[in-house]
Amino acid sequence: MLILIIAALYQCLPLPSCLLLSIPSYRPPDKVTAVDRPNDSGSVIRLEWTLSPDDEAIDGYTILRRTTDDTVYTKIGSTIHGVASFEDEKAQDGVQYQYVIASTKNGEMVSSEPTALVTSYPQLFHTGRINVLLCIAAFALTLLYFVFKARTGQNLFIRKIAGLAAVDEAVGRATEMGKPILYVPGLGDIDWTATIASMNILGEVAKKIALYDSALIVPNRWSVTYTVSKEVVKEAFVSEGSPEKFKEEYVRYVTEAQFGFAAAITGIMMREKPATNFFIGRFWAESLIMAETGAQTGAFQIAGTDSVLQLPFFVTACDYTLIGEELYAASAYLSREPLLLGSLKAQDYGKLVVLLILFGFTVISFFGIDLLPILRVQ
Amino acid sequence: MKRKLPLAICFFMGISMMVQFFIPHPTSLNFGSMIYKWIIVLMAFALVLAIGNLIRHHGFKIQKGKEDWPYSIVTLTSMVAMAIIGLAWGIDPDSLYQSIYLNIMAPLGGTMFALLAYYMASAAYRAFRARSLEATLLLISAFVVMIGFMPFGQYIHPKFPAFAEWIMKVPNMASQRGILLGVAFGSIATALKIILGIERSWLGGKE
Repeated sequence: MLILIIAALYQCLPLPSCLLLSIPSYRPPDKVTAVDRPNDSGSVIRLEWTLSPDDEAIDGYTILRRTTDDTVYTKIGSTIHGVASFEDEKAQDGVQYQYVIASTKNGEMVSSEPTALVTSYPQLFHTGRINVLLCIAAFALTLLYFVFKARTGQNLFIRKIAGLAAVDEAVGRATEMGKPILYVPGLGDIDWTATIASMNILGEVAKKIALYDSALIVPNRWSVTYTVSKEVVKEAFVSEGSPEKFKEEYVRYVTEAQFGFAAAITGIMMREKPATNFFIGRFWAESLIMAETGAQTGAFQIAGTDSVLQLPFFVTACDYTLIGEELYAASAYLSREPLLLGSLKAQDYGKLVVLLILFGFTVISFFGIDLLPILRVQ
Repeated sequence: MKRKLPLAICFFMGISMMVQFFIPHPTSLNFGSMIYKWIIVLMAFALVLAIGNLIRHHGFKIQKGKEDWPYSIVTLTSMVAMAIIGLAWGIDPDSLYQSIYLNIMAPLGGTMFALLAYYMASAAYRAFRARSLEATLLLISAFVVMIGFMPFGQYIHPKFPAFAEWIMKVPNMASQRGILLGVAFGSIATALKIILGIERSWLGGKE
């Protein structure tokens, strides 16, 4: 029986793994496996083992590693007792490693059998995201199907959205009153989908403004949003054949400060008294400050956001509110382009499928079968 | 060409970033981080344009003596002063820049935020006028939830707090999830439409 002290390991004594340590009172962990961590960019090896029968009595486990060129094992980490896994995040891709796990008590160790040789390498496809890929592919195909169906000239029914039906009235009102239209594209930067949807709506609203010959104010919180909204408005005026009506002052950059922006908007409302206010995009706590000020100035107000927490404020203070998905349907609704209307049908069918899946999974769960892991994204 | 080039760039970048999501290889990750660096560079260029716009807009107001033009002087002076202070003395935690930010900007932002309480009161007054069936339901629900979450609620009835919580967790949560489901599909559809060139409003329409 060989009894060796762990200090020998730290000093890198050349010991065969099977002879590393053997302390009779503590048994080592069993069934130690080492595999390349799946779905990663490499450099990580995952170790798993069965806890030592004396797990409660030991301090924890020490993880030791060596390459094929090494003759000794080197400590690379440790865990407390009760833990049966470890990830070696300092592995080099393409290098073969062998591991042992040692039960440790007061600095003394009893080692397991060594693992098979293992190598880490980067993966080319994340298998844990197949479900996402399939869902996107299915939805994209549905979308394309309805887009091509719309192209054939088939009439697609889209329910009336009151807030969007009122856009003409809103722009017309401003024209009659001789006052500008305020369009706030939210406080989200351009990487928010709600801001992108807002830009699409801004394009359609700007076309009507070019047609009615009204004035427009588009204040922006972010520099990129400013440049995009400026181009969108300019292009809308060009597409209506009135590029000369576009003025640089229509689109403004204000400030990145959240409440500084809110203060600027309320200032614009009080000074320039817009006849119509649009609040379309992503909003946070400042939503009510802007919407209430607009209501107090007597402006006609249309809001739209996907922020569930801000919707009640807009519903309360605005004449019309686009709720959630209506924001994303607005561009299609306003432009009446068949291709865009077709995409709305795809959205509806997508929701139907998800609801059926939710219902089906709920029913199946009553039989003790959990299918949710299928939907889990890694 | 003016339309096709942006559409082609949009399609290529959209598909690339989508593919990048499914490939954990370092090459793919490096490509993603490189694109994010490009975005920072683009933002810097956009900021120059944005600040140019700000200076032009307020400069015009001052020049023409438009309504409340002195505020424009404050805006431009503050912007230039903060830029000079930040560039000259740095933005460390003990710097003058941070001191101005923490002692002027932060309280001003807090003041605007505090105004929210008054706006909530006026909005609540408007929302809770029981002029229709929906408004009445809103009024009753809000009353139950507010009282239920107050310590006073359990003295009215022991089950009052539980009922208020049920309103929040069941009918309220169900409607929120319905909205979120629609938002999720709307987001995906919007992204796909723009990447595939179906949505072209951002380019001024289809023509």
